[in-house]
Formats: sequence, structure tokens, C-alpha cells
Amino acid sequence: MSTQPISNQRPPLDLQTRSMRLNTARRNATNYFISALSVLATVLVILPLIAILFYLIYKGASSLNFAFFTHIPAPVGESGGGMANSIVGSGIILLVASLMGIPIGIAAGVYLAEFGRGKPLATAVRFTADVLNGVPSIVMGISIYSLIVLQQKHFSALAGGVALAIMMVPTITRTTEEMLGTVPHAIREAALGLGVPKWRTAISVSLRTASPGIITGCMLAFARVAGETAPLLFTAFGNQFWSFKLNEPIAALPLQIYVYAISPYDEWHRLAWAGSLVLIVLIMVSVTLVRIFANRGVLKGGS
Amino acid sequence: MGVGILVEGLNAWYGSTHTLQDINLPIPANHATALIGPSGCGKSTFVRCLNRMHETNPIARATGVVKMGDIDIYKDASPVEIRRRVGMVFQRPNPFPTMSIYDNVISGLKLNGFRNRRILDETVERSLKQAALWEEVKDDLKKKSGASLSGGQQQRMCIARALAVDPEVLLMDEPASALDPVSTSKIEDLIFQLKSQYTIVIVTHNMQQAARVAENTGFFLNGKMVEFDSTHKIFTNPKDKRTEDYITGRFG
Repeated sequence: MSTQPISNQRPPLDLQTRSMRLNTARRNATNYFISALSVLATVLVILPLIAILFYLIYKGASSLNFAFFTHIPAPVGESGGGMANSIVGSGIILLVASLMGIPIGIAAGVYLAEFGRGKPLATAVRFTADVLNGVPSIVMGISIYSLIVLQQKHFSALAGGVALAIMMVPTITRTTEEMLGTVPHAIREAALGLGVPKWRTAISVSLRTASPGIITGCMLAFARVAGETAPLLFTAFGNQFWSFKLNEPIAALPLQIYVYAISPYDEWHRLAWAGSLVLIVLIMVSVTLVRIFANRGVLKGGS
Repeated sequence: MGVGILVEGLNAWYGSTHTLQDINLPIPANHATALIGPSGCGKSTFVRCLNRMHETNPIARATGVVKMGDIDIYKDASPVEIRRRVGMVFQRPNPFPTMSIYDNVISGLKLNGFRNRRILDETVERSLKQAALWEEVKDDLKKKSGASLSGGQQQRMCIARALAVDPEVLLMDEPASALDPVSTSKIEDLIFQLKSQYTIVIVTHNMQQAARVAENTGFFLNGKMVEFDSTHKIFTNPKDKRTEDYITGRFG
């Protein structure tokens, strides 16, 4: 047999064959199609948000005036009045809820991610958190009603705060756990290898590294409960007057919106729209502010 | 000053896998000791047993005696105390991503509650100079994140971080395997200088590296230590056939 020199060169790649051209055309078409689908999905998600915001501005902005932010509701039959006490009341309830819900939620998340791996207690906590997340908010209201309001024999801002706090906990716990799970193990080892105790590693290294994600989780939980009405109906109850005390019924924006929206008066309907607009804007502003403050002092150039 | 380590009858397990079998090894103070062997032979497990990092894995356990100076690290001290005296540098640089260069270097002190600013400043400068990184980063100490440095700089920062807590022993688990040749040679120079003050144990896949930096070398195979001798003897006149096969490249 004659020895043929073996060529180690590949045949040149011909991009102009018919099948190649067809393939390229098909790939481009698929690429275009999938991209278009993604854009469409994004628009479908954002559209309702924008629509709601614009509808609220359309319906509510005209009723917004200085008095809305400085006056308490006017008695039936009188015009004017505002929701100043509801805005402050919502602030107080949400402050109470955050002060209780965020530390407990984060602590539980740290336990799940750093100390409870594979332990039966952790499985139980995780399961409870998931179930709690699915509990309808009206049920939460009734539970707190019987646990706190009936015991104290009066409605209170504190009871409202507790109801919202319990609703915040599962979201915060699960986000904290997931965010801590994304912290590379090598970073924990670095700290342990320096003789840092495990609890200190969990707080100062793992939690700190995961903090941007955890803050997002807290904000999500906050924004979710800020608009809750049902848990407040039997707990904070609502109040047509100023109240700054934790052990008294207190006004809240969602409650005031509810009362005005189901009333038979056109002016109150307009105020309900204005209240909804204010509620959404306040939630957006507080979430944005937290983001700005949380991003302060973060070093640039890190990965 | 460094302190010698005496390992007697060390066994280690991951779950039911017996990763280290009856290791006996004297590691002399203020010398560099290299550990070589094919992947999975137990070198890394061995160094992790020297600062009790092995047991941070819930399924891992170890038995035996590891004497550091006068104390038995498994009997006479807590893991936290041991790890403060035995520094560790890992295979891949692992800076704390949220911390500046300055905070990374003194993290061992700060996270243990040390707050004296003057001493912290001095420690940062001393450690970074020891790790031959001071000149490159002295202007950005608090401005730049530790994770913004190049890989080789990050690894030297991790060495500085380990030195900042003033350990007696420095464990290095393939400290240059993720680095380019220039960074590798910088790390090797560093090991050469550091061994006058610290006892160094270095795991390496690179036999030239072992020959360059270490006075003594141990050869591990399948969880056992096959041979331990002066580096010169291991590479020129090994007693065991398996060592010879490995260093001449017949397997591994």
C-alpha cells in the first residue's frame, strides 16, 4: 500500500454552503423570536404597575393638597380634612413591625443557614416559615385579635405591629437563609482559619457579605405588609383622631382607604384614591431611601 | 518565633472514608516542610488537621496526637485558640469581599475584638511589608476592596492577613496553584524569607517548588505518608520505590 502523507490541516470551513446559510438563518430567527418573547414578557410585567400608578395619579392627585398631609379626617357632612393621622399611624405600626420582625427574621435565617444544617429543628423552622408565608392575612388578624386584643380588652397599635411583624418574618427568614447560602464557603473558612469563633464568623463575615440581598428581602417584606389592611382591622382598628400611643387604637392608611372606599360619599372616594397614591409613593420612597443608605460606604471595585 | 510540631499516629476520616492512616511526622521549627503527592492522597486533609480546620466539616473526625511545642492541640486547647496560633493560606485567594485591604489584613484582630488604632495601623504595615505587598497597595489601603486586587496580590494579602495575628506556624495549602508564574515566584521568595520567623508547612503539586523552598519533604500516597526526609534526599536518593516513581513522573 502506498503511503499517503497525512494532512494535519482541517478542510477550510466553508460558511457559504447552502446548509450553513440555512442554519444561520434559522439560528438568527430563533434568536430574534426568543428575544422578542423576553421583551414581551417584561412589558407584560411592567405594564400593570405603570397602569396602576398612572390611574392612581389620575384619580387621586387632584384631591391631594396641603391639608391632606396636615389634617385629620373631617366629620361626615363636612368637606376637606386629610389623612395626617393615618400616615403617622401607618409609620408607627410599621416601625413597631420592623423593629420586631426584622431582627427575628434575620436571626432565624442565620440559624437555618449557619448552624442548623441538617438538624431536625431547622427542617421544622423552615417548614413553619413556608406555611406561615401562606397564611391568609385575615387569619393573621383574627389570631392576633384573640391572642393580644382579647387579652388586653382593647385594640392597639402594638397588636397591629405584632400582626404585621409575624407576616414579615417568613419572607425575611427565607431570603436571609438563601442569601447566606450564596456566600462562598471559602470566605467562612478564611475567618475560621484566623481563629474567629463561629458565631462571630456568621455575624461579621457571612451576614455582612450577604447584606445587600438580605436588605432587599427586608424591603420586600416591609413593602408587602405596608399595604396590608386585613390584619389591622381587628388589631390596630383605626382611629379618626390623632393617637401616638402603642396601647390605643391607631389610624393606618390602608384602613382609612378601606373606610373611605366603601363609604357612599363621592368626596371620600376621591380621598381614598389620594390615600392610595400616597401609600404607594411612601412605600416607594422608603424602599429607595433604605437602598441609598445601604449602598453608602460600600467599597467600589469589589466583585 | 516558630514552634515545632510533632505528629504521632494521626488518623482522619470523612464520613466512612479513612483519608489519613497513622501519620507520624516531625515538623521542625523555623523550617519549611513541603508535602507532595498525587491529588486526593490526603495532603490537604493533613494540614487541615494541624489547625483543627478538618473538624469544621460535620462528617469529618480525627484521632491521634499533634503536639505543637508542649501542647497537644487536640487535648489542651480549643480549636479557636489553635487557629490563632496556626495561620492558614488557602489554595484560592479568599479575601473578605466587603472589606477594604486594610480591614482584610487586620480582620483576624478586629473580629476578635481588638480595637487599638495605633497597633492596628502598625500591624497592617508590618504584615503587608512581610508579605511584600506594602509598596503596591499603601495608597489604597482603605479606599479599595480586597477583592479588587489581582489574584497574586490577593494571595499575598491573604498571607499578610494570616501573619497579622502573629502565628507561630503558617500552613499553606497549594498557595500558588491558582497564580501565574510571576506571582508564584513572589510567593516562593516570601516563603523563603518567612521561615526565619515561622514554621512553614506547604502543600504543593509542583515538585520544583518543593525543591526550591523546603528543607524537608514528605511524600503522601493514598492516605499514608510513604517517606519523609530532607528535600535533597527525597529528590536525589529516595528510599522508597513509590517515591522514586512519583518524583520521576512515572505516575501521579
